[in-house]
Amino acid sequence: MDLLEHQGKEFFASYGLPTSPGEVALTADEAVAAAERIGYPVVVKAQVHVGGRGKAGGIKLATDAGEVRRAAGAILGLDIRGHVVRRLWVEKAADIAEEYYAGFTLDRSARRHLGMLSAQGGVDIEEVAATAPEAIARIHIDPTEGLTPEACRRWVTEARLNPAVTDQAVELLDELYRAYVDGDADLVEINPLIVTGDGRLAVLDAKVTLDDNATFRHPGYAAYDETVERDEREQEAHARGLQYVGLDGTVGVIANGAGLAMATVDIVAEAGGTPANFLDIGGGANADLMSAALEVVDGDPAVRSIFINVFGGITKGEEVARGIVEALRRVDISSPIIMRLDGTNAAEGREILQPHLSDSLRLAPDMVEAARMAVTAAAAGDPACCAEPTCCEEPQS
Amino acid sequence: MSIFVDQNTRVVYQGLTGSAGRYYGLLNRDYGTQVVAGTHPRKAGSDVDGIPVFATVGDAVEATGADASCIFVPAPGVPGAVLEAAEGGVRFIVVITEGVPMHDEARTFAHLQRHHPEVRLLGPNCPGVISPGLCNIGITAGHIARPGGPVGIVSRSGTLTYQALHELKEKGIGCTTCVGIGGDPVPGTNFIDCLAAFEEDPETEAVMLIGEIGGSAEEEAAEFIAEHLSKPVVAYIAGMTAPPGKKMGHAGAIVSGGRGTAAAKVEALHAAGVRVGSNPTEAGEIMAEVVAGL
Repeated sequence: MDLLEHQGKEFFASYGLPTSPGEVALTADEAVAAAERIGYPVVVKAQVHVGGRGKAGGIKLATDAGEVRRAAGAILGLDIRGHVVRRLWVEKAADIAEEYYAGFTLDRSARRHLGMLSAQGGVDIEEVAATAPEAIARIHIDPTEGLTPEACRRWVTEARLNPAVTDQAVELLDELYRAYVDGDADLVEINPLIVTGDGRLAVLDAKVTLDDNATFRHPGYAAYDETVERDEREQEAHARGLQYVGLDGTVGVIANGAGLAMATVDIVAEAGGTPANFLDIGGGANADLMSAALEVVDGDPAVRSIFINVFGGITKGEEVARGIVEALRRVDISSPIIMRLDGTNAAEGREILQPHLSDSLRLAPDMVEAARMAVTAAAAGDPACCAEPTCCEEPQS
Repeated sequence: MSIFVDQNTRVVYQGLTGSAGRYYGLLNRDYGTQVVAGTHPRKAGSDVDGIPVFATVGDAVEATGADASCIFVPAPGVPGAVLEAAEGGVRFIVVITEGVPMHDEARTFAHLQRHHPEVRLLGPNCPGVISPGLCNIGITAGHIARPGGPVGIVSRSGTLTYQALHELKEKGIGCTTCVGIGGDPVPGTNFIDCLAAFEEDPETEAVMLIGEIGGSAEEEAAEFIAEHLSKPVVAYIAGMTAPPGKKMGHAGAIVSGGRGTAAAKVEALHAAGVRVGSNPTEAGEIMAEVVAGL
């Protein structure tokens, strides 16, 4: 779960990290009122789950109420790489002398934590890593040992920060590491970490990704979920407990298991089609799950055909088949369904499906053929595919 | 031969008294796995369909000679269960449970490395391991695997593991051992651990590797294959069309900052001489060719 900047700063502040005072504003009036309380100059910042806000015009300095109003007006509603701004963060402007970078994440190859610190902050760290890797000081941390003060001091020295802030940096990185570990974050990043004109370190921007698996330890994280941006389809699927990722094609995909769902999306693309989504219904495939999945996928107006790809492991083919028959009894599906069923008792499952087969529910002999059939069906259902009006009628279920 | 587990492996199930633990524990026993014990802190002395339940793994090891453990306890209890198993004296620990926090996984793995270097952890969030005909620990449907070899399988994905077993069985090809390492950020056993074990196993003559987007485990596996593997490897990578920034089901399956793409993984594997199928079926067909040429 990715946090917005202001949520990340609140998260950091709760672990003692130095952040500037600020307030959330949803309208230009609220932004002005916030700025009046905070005191000028202020920075008005778009709160969206995407980087590159500055370049997109989503961050503006304002020295009086009129400027705040103009800035807020310009930023609210702005589309930043597909994310429409609905929320602002109004913050006391900082006096910036230097810009650094600091972050912790898991190094999956080393199966240990990785700290990264650089005197070249305020720019894309991926770019620094690519163009000047020596500018980033890295430290591997054994999770059972943690970040020791000695190791931290060596790390700070290696990063060549201004020696005047070494003590502050050691303290701040200790707090940041605690936020990362105790806060169950997958990633914490301060970019830029600034030195102010009077020589103090402060968090100017915050990027935090929390571990969804750890919410049982942090009941307060549920509030962050409310600001996660999902399109309508993803929202609907999330509410029904389905693992769904919206894509922009015409072939709906339902599969059991994350790997198989990914493979199904790929194989649709390989067959010349465009997948509309990734949807993993997990190991089982009962009627409840299948109805929910079918409704979510069919609810996407772009979907022209649905490819259900199930491999029965412990879940038997006949259970899967009965789940589908029952689901189709419960919900009305407008797109034709192509079903692939293999694995445990697949033959029994196919037999159960046999009497229900029609143009709206077809059974494919294997996964590759199923993808071809689904892609062909999607093309036939696409109004752009031909000029004959009768050709493009939606198949009746 | 097989890797990690065989007909002599004696398994204690932590969480045998729970619904999933009981269901899969009994299925594994039906398959022929030596399911010798279960544990529950307050149910010592009872049994699950004849399988004795002990208070701790240590007690179970002492009474039954268990040398492996399979964990089905809820996610918050996983770190404690793994440490209990390691301290109790088992050498191989399989964690099926999904939803374990990343920091718990990282701490647990580091603790084992430091204090129990002899213990192998598989998972969390994995389907387990099966040496067809000999031993099945976890949630794989045993009959979809054909015993005998010559192929060893290692996979990050559960259902794609089944798919691979199925493709091979359809073609009459057996499997020595099939290891599901799971899709979590800190897998106790990774591709390289399995590749090294398959290289040592005389009955494994070819290896099927099933990867997915996210991280760089496949790239590291490719490097290892180029340097250390004398046996042919066939691979499939899921997620060619996955959009960046989205978690595709597994916590670890995410393309971020231009890294972890399927294309980069396929390229690294090709460079290491690995033949990569563009879908699971094609990977199965390539493996059939490879086996025919052995």
